[in-house]
Amino acid sequence: MSDITKKSLTEIIRLIKKKEIKSVEVTTSFIDNIKNDKKLNSFITNCNEQALEKAKSFDKNPKLDQLLPGVPIAVKDLFCTNGTKTTAGSKMLENFIPNYESTITNNLWNEGAFLLGKLNCDEYAMGSSNETSYFGNVMNPIAENTVPGGSSGGSASALAAELTPTTIGTDTGGSIRQPASFTGIVGLKPTYGLCSRWGIVAFASSLDQAGPMTKTVEDCALMLEAMAGFDKKDSTSINKKKENYSKNLTDNIKGLKIGIPKEYRVDGMPKEIDKLWESGKSLLKDAGAEIIDISLPNTKYALPTYYIVAPAEASSNLARYDGVKYGFRSSKGNNLIEMYENTRSEGFGDEVKRRILIGTYVLSSGYYDAYYIKAQKVRQLIKNDFDQSFKKVDAILTPSTPSAAFKIGEKKDDPISMYLNDIFTVPVNLAGIPAISIPAGFDQNKYPLGLQLIGNTLEEQKLLNIAFAAEKKINFKQDLNKWWEK
Amino acid sequence: MSIDKDKIKHVSKLARISVDEKKIDGLTKDLTSIFKFIEQLNELNTEKVKPLSSILNEPLRSREDKIDDGKMRDKILENSPKKNEEFFVVPKVIE
Repeated sequence: MSDITKKSLTEIIRLIKKKEIKSVEVTTSFIDNIKNDKKLNSFITNCNEQALEKAKSFDKNPKLDQLLPGVPIAVKDLFCTNGTKTTAGSKMLENFIPNYESTITNNLWNEGAFLLGKLNCDEYAMGSSNETSYFGNVMNPIAENTVPGGSSGGSASALAAELTPTTIGTDTGGSIRQPASFTGIVGLKPTYGLCSRWGIVAFASSLDQAGPMTKTVEDCALMLEAMAGFDKKDSTSINKKKENYSKNLTDNIKGLKIGIPKEYRVDGMPKEIDKLWESGKSLLKDAGAEIIDISLPNTKYALPTYYIVAPAEASSNLARYDGVKYGFRSSKGNNLIEMYENTRSEGFGDEVKRRILIGTYVLSSGYYDAYYIKAQKVRQLIKNDFDQSFKKVDAILTPSTPSAAFKIGEKKDDPISMYLNDIFTVPVNLAGIPAISIPAGFDQNKYPLGLQLIGNTLEEQKLLNIAFAAEKKINFKQDLNKWWEK
Repeated sequence: MSIDKDKIKHVSKLARISVDEKKIDGLTKDLTSIFKFIEQLNELNTEKVKPLSSILNEPLRSREDKIDDGKMRDKILENSPKKNEEFFVVPKVIE
């Protein structure tokens, strides 16, 4: 069958269930695309042969009542995969082979899917352009030398380039939604606690959340259904009944109230983004929603808060990399302390070290109250803003990012300008609520732009429904010329 | 808050990361601008605000106090950069 790789996940599954295609055909088609890719650098580890074996055994004895029957899936290299190298984009874990499987990937495999490969990402998910990976830049399939966003840049790039039918990422401050916006795909950050963090290489544990990255909203609902669920191995996992997001998906959003926060209109934002936001409002209105102006007054403090909380948690989480139990160890140093210092200096990249130092500083004696406690107070204010808004509205509409994808190297030397990429995505992580980015249009260079819908705690279904209605009206189409195969 | 070289050296000691002398100037500049950005928070009066400690409404669950080593000792040791039988090996600590 031609062009299997162009189809949505939902369509591929429909064909597998109707026995019109075999898992081997699907898998082979994606492997062919992976082999033809010469430039994107979206994969760190290929599992082609292993995937083909899994596809063959699926075809011999197909279980068709599962959510993801016979589907090959490449995942961000932050999810631990049993027996398959898991690097987190770092030299520190270059040769690390986990002996266990993350709960999220395990959930996917239990629904009939299997591993196609491990995807490049910013080192320990710290970055917004995939330029901090030890394994090199990833390119955005929209144009050569353009970043795919980050930190789930390899995931976004591989999906947009049709190297995997669907994928998963993690989002600590926008790491699913920003790359989704930059590459013209759908990306969802679920409510904190909906998807288990167990077996995901930790960055900032009170913010980290795994989520789906897909071609369509329907695919997104299906993937979330497969991923979500209580896990006793994650102490912050929410214990609630499973929901059938895909079955309950509807574009009927009549009477829902959509809030437009005035604080998200920032200086220097390209006019195309403003226009896109306006058209988003009018199309949701056409779909029967009511548009309401709201205020989230502490929005401007979200990013400074994030750059205290996230590095603080990272400095604590990354203390485990000591060159003793696993990972890289430096050969230099005359004693234990020097071994630690050299291991961490040689094993971590510059951005990771920068964040560990910031985090160590804000947690250090004499500064803890001034920085960390202050940030946790502001975090409460940011959460209060959302709580107040959700008394009036069902969801909030904003742009996903303040710009379209930029060139490799463009922002690398200025950490603040890089951090500003996440200005619209970070508040959601601080408040622990869900948000989805959907492709909605293009800038003047024909680079994709996304719109973000933010929902209240555990209201993923409502959020998906609104996104589904918007997607139908937007009818986003991206035609990529596969320059990476030449 | 100004960040100077000595502060960077102190913090890198705490974080157990040796910092290359050549990189210290760049790092000082970056951290200074990041802290200037972070300190926008000082504009806000938060005297009466309680710091957020968890975004979940429920308290953390505690597990049953039961030993479960997962029977993974050998597998875990496989990933060690240096081992000796069932031990992780580190540079000599006691003189």
